[in-house]
Amino acid sequence: MYQAKYIIPGLIVFAALVLFPFVFNAGSAPFEVKLELPKNASECIEAKEVMRARHMQILDEWRDKVVRQGVHVYENSKGQKFDISLTNTCMECHTDKAKFCDRCHTPVGVSPYCWDCHNLSPKQAGPIPPVSQEAGGH
Amino acid sequence: MAAFYSFFVVLALVVLAWAGAGEAGWKGLFGIYIPYLALLVFLFGFLSKILNWAKTPVPFCIPTTGGQQKSLPWIKNNPWDNPYNTSGTVIRMALEVLTFRSLFRNTSVQLQQDGPKVGYNSAKWLWLFALMFHYSFLLILLRHLRLFTNPVPMPILKLEFFDSILQIGVPVLYQSDMIFVVAILFLFLRRVFDGKVNYISIMSDYFPLFLILAIALSGMWMRYIAKVDVIAVKELTMGLVTLHPVIPKDPIDISFYVHIFLVSVLFMYFPFSKLMHMGGVFLSPTRNMPNFSRRQMWVNPWNDPAIKPHSYAAYEDDFREKMIEAGLPVDKKA
Repeated sequence: MYQAKYIIPGLIVFAALVLFPFVFNAGSAPFEVKLELPKNASECIEAKEVMRARHMQILDEWRDKVVRQGVHVYENSKGQKFDISLTNTCMECHTDKAKFCDRCHTPVGVSPYCWDCHNLSPKQAGPIPPVSQEAGGH
Repeated sequence: MAAFYSFFVVLALVVLAWAGAGEAGWKGLFGIYIPYLALLVFLFGFLSKILNWAKTPVPFCIPTTGGQQKSLPWIKNNPWDNPYNTSGTVIRMALEVLTFRSLFRNTSVQLQQDGPKVGYNSAKWLWLFALMFHYSFLLILLRHLRLFTNPVPMPILKLEFFDSILQIGVPVLYQSDMIFVVAILFLFLRRVFDGKVNYISIMSDYFPLFLILAIALSGMWMRYIAKVDVIAVKELTMGLVTLHPVIPKDPIDISFYVHIFLVSVLFMYFPFSKLMHMGGVFLSPTRNMPNFSRRQMWVNPWNDPAIKPHSYAAYEDDFREKMIEAGLPVDKKA
């Protein structure tokens, strides 16, 4: 073998980079997400599957409806009506974002910019503390 | 034809994963066994390929004429394009690997309209789109570490933040996704419409392009359209990297299985294809050796050590009288 003093260290670095995720997570507990579900309600504004896949889209549409069109009422697929408000409707049940929203967002590195403005929930005395800057700012 | 065959092979792979993980329900095969197999094939294939190349004798350093060689003190030397020492060579390699300097020098040949004159024009498109392609691919690869690490390290979160800084739509659009697809399409269309490149393109040129395009599109489909359950995806990926593989209880959209299968195919195909330029670029003989062929002492390694060098002065000492007798000029008279 020629130029082994360059090639062997290079290959070791390469293998280390490829195997980085295995080393980084070695011995860590299995990944699971546990949400604190609201006690006062059993159903969200839409079905669980819909909320799981589309909650960000619904919130985005809500933002446009309120801010740009002045529409303040949301009618869900069952015909029930809700006040369009993250702070008053969503956080009425999901009172603490750290125990619900962040439980999924943080582990997958998602940092929605909802919280740039909505930093109060009705049942909370003060602003929500900037929960762990681990989520990369916003 | 090669382009069509490649397209249909990639299409067949998509259908295979779609049917296999969907209708047939082989989620363990496509989500666990094939990804593990792909990683092993990739790693050992890559290492053995490089080790095999490393067994090939290194050629004598190749003087390339990209710049003025170091010679007489009053001739200005170009130390990066035509290095004479290690540091210059390291800079030349770094510029090659990180900024694709060879592609920057790409030219196009044209016959002038007003007569049989040949003109060479600068052609930077290949360089530009190759840079866009490779750097967005790197960014996308690093960003995926958010699914393979827990907790997600800070630098990955920063990448995530800057890549989606325009905050377009939800889930926020990654700029690298757009740049990546545009760059792949350019590289593909170049092969189709540039007659000279088209003539030399074969299936192993088109197949990786289509495969990578399919990976990009399936990934974007997952994120922006199907909106897969990313927590379930991370349960699966974390299971893989902690060596406790599981298929999550919550269903994952079929597009995820298509995506991970195409990525697995790319990893398995990698060591046996032109994609090995990733490792091979470091072994480029015209780039990684300084041009010192006339500045160093080179000894033929298979010379017989018993035969000592015999200088001209010694030769003259041996034959001086005979040379003077024959009327030949000599350096020393007596």
